[in-house]
Amino acid sequence: MSKKIRNNPLGINMDRRLFLKGAAAGLAATALPAAAEAFDMSAFLQKHFREMTEDEIKKVIARLEKEASLEWKKDIHISAAKATPGVKFGYGLDLSRCIGCRKCVYACVSENNQSRSPQVHWISVLRFKKGEKWIDLENSEKYYNPKQVPEKDFFYMPVQCQQCENSPCVKACPTQATWKEPDGIVVIDYNWCIGCRYCMAACPYGARRFNWSKPDIPANELNAETHYLGNRPRYKGVVEKCTFCIQRTRAGKYPACVEICPVGARKFGNLLDPKSEIRYLIENKRVFRLKEDLNTNPKFYYFFAT
Amino acid sequence: MKVLFAAIGNVVKGDVRYYAWLAFLSALIVAGVGAYLQQFDKGLIVTAMRDQVSWGFYIANFTFLVGVAAAAVLLVIPAYLYNFKPIKEIVLFGEMLAITAVTMCILFIMVDLGQPLRVWHLLPVIGRMNFPASILAWDVIVLNGYLAINVLLVLYALYRLSMGKEYKLALIFPLILLSIPWAVSIHTVTAFLYNGLSARPFWNASILAPRFLASAFCSGPALMLIILQLIRRFSKIEIDQKAISKIAELIAYTIGINLFLLGAEVFKEFYSGSIHKAPLEYLFFGLHGNSRLVPWTWMALLFNITAFIIFLIPKTRESFLTLNIGAALIIAGVYIEKGMGLVVPGFIPDTLGEIYEYWPTMQEVIITVGIWAFGALLYTLMVKFALPIYTGGLIGAGKQRS
Ligand code: SF4
Ligand code: SF4
Repeated sequence: MSKKIRNNPLGINMDRRLFLKGAAAGLAATALPAAAEAFDMSAFLQKHFREMTEDEIKKVIARLEKEASLEWKKDIHISAAKATPGVKFGYGLDLSRCIGCRKCVYACVSENNQSRSPQVHWISVLRFKKGEKWIDLENSEKYYNPKQVPEKDFFYMPVQCQQCENSPCVKACPTQATWKEPDGIVVIDYNWCIGCRYCMAACPYGARRFNWSKPDIPANELNAETHYLGNRPRYKGVVEKCTFCIQRTRAGKYPACVEICPVGARKFGNLLDPKSEIRYLIENKRVFRLKEDLNTNPKFYYFFAT
Repeated sequence: MKVLFAAIGNVVKGDVRYYAWLAFLSALIVAGVGAYLQQFDKGLIVTAMRDQVSWGFYIANFTFLVGVAAAAVLLVIPAYLYNFKPIKEIVLFGEMLAITAVTMCILFIMVDLGQPLRVWHLLPVIGRMNFPASILAWDVIVLNGYLAINVLLVLYALYRLSMGKEYKLALIFPLILLSIPWAVSIHTVTAFLYNGLSARPFWNASILAPRFLASAFCSGPALMLIILQLIRRFSKIEIDQKAISKIAELIAYTIGINLFLLGAEVFKEFYSGSIHKAPLEYLFFGLHGNSRLVPWTWMALLFNITAFIIFLIPKTRESFLTLNIGAALIIAGVYIEKGMGLVVPGFIPDTLGEIYEYWPTMQEVIITVGIWAFGALLYTLMVKFALPIYTGGLIGAGKQRS
C-alpha cells in the first residue's frame, strides 16, 4: 500500500506513520487530526454531484483522474455519461439455471474495482438445500465451498442490489448521497457519502457494502474504464454497491455478470421497451421478486424458465 | 461580571481529590483520542463492525445517551409547571446533564462516521440534508435543537442567580414549554430511526418508541439520583430529601411500564412464532448456537426486576443503601437493554439470513471510554462552575476576592 499522501496542494510529502508518531507526541497541539489523512481543500469542499454544473463536473473529474493516475501509475478514465431517455433498466435471473459457480461474483469484482483485501463482493450467491423451506433465507449458506458445482441436493440464488423503485436506502440517507437515476439505477456519490451506514441498515437485501478500510486494488488489475457514479476507485469509509454496471450499460453493453454467466441465467434489458427480452420474461415466465411484502418494488426479477 | 470571573476561577480551584479526578479523566480522554486517531487513519476496520452488523457499540452508547438526555424533562415538568420547590432547585443539574448527554451523543455519531470531515454534508443549506425523508436528518435537527434549548435555559438561570435573583418564569416560559415536547421528541425520533426500517423486523415494531421512552425515564432519573447525592456530598448545596424520594417514586412507575412493554413484545413474538422472532430468540436464548448476548440479556432483566422491587417498596426506596443499589441496577439494566441489546439484534440474523456475532474490539472500547470520560469531565466542570453561583456563595465573596 502506498504511504504517499495522495494529492496535496501544499506539496508536503510526509510519511503517514511518521506523522502519526508526531501527532501522538504532541497530541494536545494537534488541532486538526485531519492532517493525518490526505487533506485536499478542493476535495473537501466538493459539491454534491447533482448540484454541480457541467463545467464543475469536468473539473472534479479531471482532479479525480489525476489523483487516481498518481496512485495507480496508469491513466484512468472517469465518465459522467447521463441516463438515456426512455430507458429503465431491469434484470432477470433464472433460478432454474443458476449453478452457483460464482463466476458473476468475481467478474463483478474485477469489472467494478472492488477491494481485494479485505474482499468486497457486490453479489452474494446463497445456497439452499432442496426440500427445505427457503424463502425466509435463514437457512441459506453464503460460504459454501464444494469441489464442484452444481451440487445434487442444492439450488442457488444470487442476490445483489435489486435497484428498488421505492428504495429504502434512498429514503434513509441523511445527505442525499444516494439516489435513483432516471434510468432506474440507484447510485452513490462516493465524494458525498459521509459513511453513516444508515442506508445499510435500511436495505432489505443486504446489497450495500462499506469500505471498512482503504480498498486495495493491485494496479495491474484496476479497470481503468470507469463511471463517476459506478466503478471508479472508492475511498475508505464510504458505501458502495451494484450499479447494474452503469459504466457499461449506459454505453450500450451488458453488465459484466450477464456476460460472464456460463449458463445464461442472467438477463438484462430495458423495461420500457415492450420488445425487450426482459419484458418478454416478465410477461411470459413465472416471475417473482424478493420480499415483495416490503413494497420496495425491485427491478430485479427472479424467474423459472424451465 | 465579577461573579462570572470568580466562578471561572473556581473551576480551577479544588482539593487534591478534585485534581486527581480531573487528571484521571484527562488520561482516559487522551487514550481515547489516541485510539481514535488510529481508527481515523486505518478506517473502521479496527472495529468489529462489518457489513452484516454495520452498527455496534458506538451507536449503542448513542442510543442510551439520547435516553439520558431526554429524561431531563422529567425534572423540568414539575419544577417549572407546578412550581414544586425542591425539584426546582435541582432542575439546573438535570439540564446540565442533558447538555452533557447530547454532546456525548454527537461525539458517538462522529466517531462512527466513515468520513467524519464530511459531516457538514448533512447540514441544511450548506450541505444537502435529506429532510423530511430521512429520519436521521430529523434526529440531527432535534438533537441540536435540544442542545440549544438546554444551553439557553442553563445560561439564563445562571445569569439570574449570579445577579442574586430567583430566575423568572415569564421570560423563558415559551422556551420551557417547548423543551418538554422537544425532550420527548428526541427520544421518539431516535426510536423512529430504527422503527422506520422495514428491513429489520426487530426494530420495525410499533412498541419500540413507547419502550424507548419508558426505559429512558428509568435510567435518566436514576442517574440524576446518584449525581444529586454526589453533589450534596461534595458541596454545600442542600438537596431536599423530598426531591430525592419524588424522583425515586417516579422511577418505580416507569420501570413498571417498561417491564410491561417488554412483556408485551416477548408475548407477541414468541406466541405468534413467525420467523421475525429470530432476533428476540437470539437475545434470550441464542440462535443456532450463537449466544454472545444471552447472559447480558438475562442479567439486564434481572437488574430491571430487582430495581423495580426496590423502588416499589417505600422502605427500600427511602433507605440510602438500597436506593443507590436500585439506581445502579436500573442504569446498568437499561444500558444493556437499550444499548447493545437494541442495536445488535437488529442485524442478527442479517437481511440475507446470515449470523455474524458482533462484539466490540479493544479499540472501540477505549474510544467509548474516552467519550464517557469527556462527558464526565464536561459535567464536572459545568457543575463546578455553576455551584458557587447557585449557592450565591460568590455574591458576597466576589467583592472580598477582588
Ligand atoms: S436493494 Fe438495497 S441498495 Fe439496492 S436499491 Fe434496494 S434498498 Fe437500495
Ligand atoms: S452511508 Fe453514505 S450513502 Fe449511506 S446513508 Fe450514510 S451518507 Fe448516505
